[in-house]
Amino acid sequence: MNRLAGDVPAAILLIPLAGALIFAVLPGYRLTARLNIFVSLLTLAAATSLLWARPKAGPYLQVDDFNIYLILLNTFVGFTTSIFSASYIDHELEIGRLTPAYLRFYHAMYQWMMFAMNLALLSNNIGLMWVGVETATISTVLLVGIYRTPAALEAAWKYFILGSVGIALAMFGTILIYFAAQSVIGEGLQAMAWTTLVGRAAEFDAPLLNLAFVFLLVGYGTKIGLAPLHAWLPDAHAEGPTPISAVLSGLLLNIGLYALLRFKMLLAANPAALAPGPLMITMGLSSLLFAAIMLYRRRDIKRLFAYSSIEHMGIITFAFGMGGPLANFAGLLHMTMHSLTKSAIFYSVGHVAQIKETQRIDQIGGLSVTHPVLALGLTIGVLAIAGMPPFGIFMSEFLVVSSTFYRQPWLAVPLVAGLLIALGALALHLQGIVFSEPKGGIAPAKASYLPLFAHLALVAVGGIYLPGPLVAWFQHVAKLLG
Amino acid sequence: MPVMHGLAYDVAHVLAGGMLLVSFVLLYQRRMFAVMNSFALHAIVLALAVVWQAYVQAAPHLYITAAIALLFKGIAIPVALHRIVVRLEIHREVETVIGVGSTMLGGIGLVALSILVVLPVTASSAAFAREDLALALSVVLLGLLMMITRRNAITQVVGFMSVENGLILAATGAKGMPFVVEISVAFSILIAFVVFGMFFFRIRERFDSLDVHYLGTFRGGQE
Repeated sequence: MNRLAGDVPAAILLIPLAGALIFAVLPGYRLTARLNIFVSLLTLAAATSLLWARPKAGPYLQVDDFNIYLILLNTFVGFTTSIFSASYIDHELEIGRLTPAYLRFYHAMYQWMMFAMNLALLSNNIGLMWVGVETATISTVLLVGIYRTPAALEAAWKYFILGSVGIALAMFGTILIYFAAQSVIGEGLQAMAWTTLVGRAAEFDAPLLNLAFVFLLVGYGTKIGLAPLHAWLPDAHAEGPTPISAVLSGLLLNIGLYALLRFKMLLAANPAALAPGPLMITMGLSSLLFAAIMLYRRRDIKRLFAYSSIEHMGIITFAFGMGGPLANFAGLLHMTMHSLTKSAIFYSVGHVAQIKETQRIDQIGGLSVTHPVLALGLTIGVLAIAGMPPFGIFMSEFLVVSSTFYRQPWLAVPLVAGLLIALGALALHLQGIVFSEPKGGIAPAKASYLPLFAHLALVAVGGIYLPGPLVAWFQHVAKLLG
Repeated sequence: MPVMHGLAYDVAHVLAGGMLLVSFVLLYQRRMFAVMNSFALHAIVLALAVVWQAYVQAAPHLYITAAIALLFKGIAIPVALHRIVVRLEIHREVETVIGVGSTMLGGIGLVALSILVVLPVTASSAAFAREDLALALSVVLLGLLMMITRRNAITQVVGFMSVENGLILAATGAKGMPFVVEISVAFSILIAFVVFGMFFFRIRERFDSLDVHYLGTFRGGQE
């Protein structure tokens, strides 16, 4: 049993990798779409088994309290998105936006992206983690550009340029961390392993750590989509296939944040190093306020929810910047809830945009009359993302706000203002899309509602009742984060 | 270490300094083919610098990184870009956003900045490593400057590749750093994908130019 447990992290990487290779040569998109679901389910099963038997950290891969829940979240959303994707691409084929040849490429890249994201989460090595983030970026760039419209190519190009500059800067930060570690730990693999770095971080040269963190914050901050480094994010979300928008918002942004938080743990362990809190608070607050204001004038429905992702990433970065057990707890909860809610919203938005044959908000209307079930899903999703009770995001936002009031009351003012501005914008747009005069196509939806409502149910449950072990677990991780 | 300290330092510095010099050369090129030739030179100097590190550190795996730099970035990519320019009939002149003179001045400022930033904080590291790091950061920043001040997609990719060369220089200068080969392979895949993407998506067909400025106009309909 223990020997088997040691192979699980490798399995989480190898299953999607094998899937990518098989899909690259397999003809017949209908079979591939089903196999895509099956491969994602297998990966999820492998990840779930980590809950019972957790392997010891190896030289390359590790599973600890922090990354295990992100791995589960990643594989879970990867699985539900593959179900949504199967029904989504059927429609894209019918209207001829995608051809079977492109679909083969799409499915191979989907699994390749899952592999890369799991690699970034599982790696016990700062270099390997970087390779994971970089590979995930390439595959998403290609997926964003898959429609080959001028707008899609522009979005992919912008994403490529900004994303590569970001990961290049993160690489420089990674090299600097190795420099700092090498003089204490010695050359070789151990000086890049998380398990050794955290224990010895107190002895590292503090100025070098500070410099490294600035590069890492700007570098991985680009991947998180923090303002003013967010320019790629709305375009990439709006122009790519919707399943990819769901994965970008729900998973890839979290991975950038995960990388940054790991490095923050190093700085927290070194008393002489600068406190990363104020930097993260500033970037988080500015992203929140900027995105909240930008929400009002959006005309494209996917772009609207992309800005909402920037807003929520701002809140999460702010929470981790505040630090301390309560704010960290809220940040972890918010990461999970945002991921589930935002991907659910994109599932419903994907079907809405297909039925109405447009992404323009002013051409979508009266969804509650034409498609009541989709309208229900979208409404619940938007209410949840806007922070209405009883959903999970209300819980986590409440915790962030109350801990801010307790510790830095004056910071709570812009925070609450940002939340309210965003709430107003979302309510306005929701009113137009769901309740106004019916506009746009009225063809019946051939949607799979399962992933949408499964996510929403989890978010609702998360807001009312969190199981005891999960709370204890979040509390433990919150303490680790410092 | 098989070689005397003094000589090891001097040669490494000459090569890293040479890369910085070629980075400046890249900044003032006005013709597309000259940009590619200068980039090939950049990659060749990088390959030499990495070979020297491999020899001094007695780290044979770095020879792989050097070979990638020479064969892939020194030969294959410039040839591929050359063909793209000819096939897609792209303007052979580089369009700049800011004049060459001010770009060069900005570049000098960035070199001064990176020396001021890196040298004080690495006081405890070995002299060799810290100066190498300062030079590498200068190469990275000059590459970013090139990406910002050039409109054309091909010159932006060249700028990105010179950023990457700077990172490889920094990584090989960090003694005993693992995964340098893997990282250089990962970077090469990234670049190969993009160059392949240019062919594949035939950006020329749709935009009549690889000028990124054209791409920007399409957003008018979106936002």
